[in-house]
Amino acid sequence: MTFRKYLVLAGVTLFAAVGDSLLSHGMKQVGSVSLENWHSLLFAILNPSVALGIVLLLGFFVCYTTALSWADLTYVLPATSLGYVFLALFAKFFLHEHISATRWIGILLISAGVGFVTQGPALTHPHDTEDANERIPESVGARSER
Amino acid sequence: MKQLYTWGAIMAVVLASTTGDVLLARAMKQVGDVGELRRRAGVLAVAASMLRRPSFLLGVLAMAGAFYSLLFALSWADVSLVGPASASLTFVANAVAAKIFLHERVDKRRWTAALFVAAGVALLAV
Repeated sequence: MTFRKYLVLAGVTLFAAVGDSLLSHGMKQVGSVSLENWHSLLFAILNPSVALGIVLLLGFFVCYTTALSWADLTYVLPATSLGYVFLALFAKFFLHEHISATRWIGILLISAGVGFVTQGPALTHPHDTEDANERIPESVGARSER
Repeated sequence: MKQLYTWGAIMAVVLASTTGDVLLARAMKQVGDVGELRRRAGVLAVAASMLRRPSFLLGVLAMAGAFYSLLFALSWADVSLVGPASASLTFVANAVAAKIFLHERVDKRRWTAALFVAAGVALLAV
């Protein structure tokens, strides 16, 4: 794992957390959408929070697919779950919400899970590619050992 | 009866998002290290290589399906149950599916991580 790859994983975490919150914030301003006024969904992207949320979620998708190109799914998912923790801490320090004891335990469990998985190798299986000339398997194997 | 519907919707979300994640992961493993490919052949080559994988397109479709079934579930069940329950179960379902379909070596460390995160996400919602 290089520093660059950790940056990509941080991108997955942050883009997903901030993007989802912006979407949820924006959609509360837009108001509830039902089958009768479904076309109000088309105008929802004019809301600044919704628009920015969509841009961030596109960033998430780029980082997520990049991470999956060199790491296992069972590595990427737990490794990027700190977003839930960020959201809870954000709610505490900026929105001054109360965090209950069970929530603190939840935060601890997620952090422990992230700690566990990032101690191990990112890639466990040497995946054969259809286009052998598109990658150098040795370098991927060597990097995952670190 | 209502509970049956709610859990049915949660299972639909879990199934769709797990399918999407596994298909995307498979497609990206076929593409190979994106960073290296980009340095060698440019960003367009990366996009082309992704878009011509059927599993990439199916994966995106499945993720869209997961998104819509989540919206659907939210329209008649509580957010505080549907959101965390589906997110938390997806971590576990993905570990099982990655082992079966992607042949990833899900060792004790990864099982623990998946279960801890799933439990943690569930607790955050309490």
